[in-house]
Amino acid sequence: MCIGVPGQLLEIDGWKAMVEVGGARRETNVMLISDAAPGDWVLIHAGYAISKVDEAEALETLGYLREITEGLGAELAGDTAPEIA
Amino acid sequence: MTDDTILLGHGSGGRMSHELLEKTILPALGWDESDHESKVLEDAAVMHITADSLLAAELVSEGDSRIAMTTDSFVVSPIFFPGGDIGDLAVNGTVNDLVMMGAVPLYLTLGMVIEEGLLISELEAVLSSVKTAAEAAGVSVVAGDTKVVERGKADRLFLNTAGFGVVPSGRTLSAAALRPGDVIIISGTLGDHGIAVMSKREGIAFETPVVSDTASLAGLAAQLFMSEAELRALRDPTRGGLATTLCELATSSNVGIELDELAIPVKPEVARASDLLGLDPLYIANEGKMIVVVAPEDAERAIHALQGHPLGGDAAIIGTCSDDRPGRVTLRTTIGGTRVVDMLSGEQLPRIC
Amino acid sequence: MTIAKGIDLGTLDDLVEGFRDPAAARVITAEIAVLGASLEAKGIEPRLMEVCGSHTVAIFRSGIRDLLPSNVKLISGPGCPVCVTSVAEVDRAIAIANTPGTILTTFGDMMRVPGTSTSLEKEKAEGADVRVVYSPLDALNLAAEKQATGGDERIVFFAAGFETTAPTVAAAILQAADMGLSNFYIQSTHKTIPSAMRGLLDTPELGLSGFICPGHVSAIIGARAYDFIADEFKVPAVVSGFEPLDILMSVKMLLAQIDEGRAEVETEYGRIVSDEGNPRAIEVLDQVFRVSDAEWRGIGTLPNTGLVLRSEYERFDAPLAFDVRVEPGRDNPACECGEILRGLKAPTDCKLFAGVCTPENPQGACMVSTEGSCAAYYKYGRDES
Repeated sequence: MCIGVPGQLLEIDGWKAMVEVGGARRETNVMLISDAAPGDWVLIHAGYAISKVDEAEALETLGYLREITEGLGAELAGDTAPEIA
Repeated sequence: MTDDTILLGHGSGGRMSHELLEKTILPALGWDESDHESKVLEDAAVMHITADSLLAAELVSEGDSRIAMTTDSFVVSPIFFPGGDIGDLAVNGTVNDLVMMGAVPLYLTLGMVIEEGLLISELEAVLSSVKTAAEAAGVSVVAGDTKVVERGKADRLFLNTAGFGVVPSGRTLSAAALRPGDVIIISGTLGDHGIAVMSKREGIAFETPVVSDTASLAGLAAQLFMSEAELRALRDPTRGGLATTLCELATSSNVGIELDELAIPVKPEVARASDLLGLDPLYIANEGKMIVVVAPEDAERAIHALQGHPLGGDAAIIGTCSDDRPGRVTLRTTIGGTRVVDMLSGEQLPRIC
Repeated sequence: MTIAKGIDLGTLDDLVEGFRDPAAARVITAEIAVLGASLEAKGIEPRLMEVCGSHTVAIFRSGIRDLLPSNVKLISGPGCPVCVTSVAEVDRAIAIANTPGTILTTFGDMMRVPGTSTSLEKEKAEGADVRVVYSPLDALNLAAEKQATGGDERIVFFAAGFETTAPTVAAAILQAADMGLSNFYIQSTHKTIPSAMRGLLDTPELGLSGFICPGHVSAIIGARAYDFIADEFKVPAVVSGFEPLDILMSVKMLLAQIDEGRAEVETEYGRIVSDEGNPRAIEVLDQVFRVSDAEWRGIGTLPNTGLVLRSEYERFDAPLAFDVRVEPGRDNPACECGEILRGLKAPTDCKLFAGVCTPENPQGACMVSTEGSCAAYYKYGRDES
């Protein structure tokens, strides 16, 4: 269960914070995480930030994903969507 | 203050009704009596549609004159949303239904059910949108009706529009006309309308740059027809979204439809807002997009025609018809898997889990 | 989906799209195929269970089963909190919603869940004031607004969820106490996951070879909460995220453990999940709720898997405040949900599936939420089985 999406805290006022999720902004509550600061990436669930994103871990995994595809030829790495002029 | 709101009396048919019509509704719609054969309001609109006038406009040829009619009701809540309101929605929705059958839309009716207490300024704003949208779509609102109901018996304002158009010679489009090999095109990004409306719903509200895509497709379709691509069917994926509409097409034509998820255009902010609400953009309503099914050899021609129009810039080929799994829609996913795409069941509710 | 704008790889803007990359998926799928072949050579047919409904849906939505070697089976577990809410609790919520002067709020998934004879969606159509909210905060704000404007309605939040959601409801209760709200109540049907997983491990006929552990539950409780799975039962477990690549990587990690004869708790979802979880959220949870036994729909009562309000917060407890009586709930007797929730049967093994029981007219737990195993099979996978 449990839909959670990553978002970035923009401003914080007490427990209330504004979070941006890919262009959408919504009020969120930060009382469930410690030391929230604007700029932090958090996981949003049911209107609350329930976890901070570990940025170093995230970048490491993304780096790994990029690395494993670097050996691929261009024709493999490109997506298979039909090309539209 | 009572002057500013709609009262039950405005629907009585008496003096207040006349005042509302003459001081608010007709001016807001830009009704000009000199345009009409009868210089006063009658019980029904009477238009000349002679074979000659249609022939002159090159809409029909001798011996082939068909009309298209449709009706649709609009109960969107809230009535004002980012990118539009119930007024332009009511015009574009009915216009698009005519256009999807290949018709050139000509006339609309406008029925209103108003909940007492609606601000007259809000009614004027909606009617002004009706006027603008009708002008943009090249249709005239020729008849209408106003009813007022007690508070709680409607949700502010319901509209119904019926539309009338003429189907030019040689255009035969049908949901049953799809054949294996045909190409599926979508005219633009998915989910904009549904996300824009949902962003303003009570209990869900969030701020988003997404605006409704409500628009008349008459101009875009005209480009397409001019391209002379061999079209099988046009459909606008409104309620139920792309998935539901394609399921209907696959069933009606008894063909399989295979989609490529990577090719389906979705704005990033729509994709993220959908994630946030637990919704799937394939099932979210659109109000200014069309699915074009075209013979394979004409796919490029159709795409070119669509992309040459302001509403078709993001048009993309998203799939093909096959004789595999007739009646079924399948999707090749981003990561290369395959899944079945089914119709929407019930209302799309934001979910938490 | 194609995203119109380019993604800036290497920044956190890529947190979602980066985990849907088709090329990386191809590489990991190939690695999984190699592991699958190695296991096949040893005569091993791994049975991996995802206990989380969001994983079930993600697996179907991305078509992952298609990409796995034929000897690797993914089994869907009980992981949808809405699905496992008991019939009696749904009946109770309906009775509360029908009490004059009440506004019952709940998550969208709950609307269609059948009680003994009706659902919240049907009762709403009959006139009950039932509203879908996105967050317990929306219910709290509604209560605050009513209290401030002299409205005398009582606002009830019908709360279902695992450890992911329970802290948010606990937080709302603390805020309600702070604000001095006297018109806000919750009906808690929260459930906890690790004890339920123990129950599954105690079901030998399942023959589980590995667990895909729920990423967002783990964000709260931490990866160490699953240590017993590896230590006591010698079964591998990987805490997984929800994007397609997260799940593929988790499957790969599980197969590697099985291939190497290891049984450990590993975390694929390190960007969100730490070993200890979120201490602040656990503290709020513990402050408001205490552990109790809970009735799981289709399964029965499982000890220490429920959360009820502590006595200090009893004034917010809807079942206490509303004097409603409900009979023990009744499921359709032909429904196989219990077996399906425990992974013993597939949805297609049930006589009711896709006939009497559909998403429009669900008979049992697994069909009601979009994340139920039956609903996911119905929507995405009917041709496969």
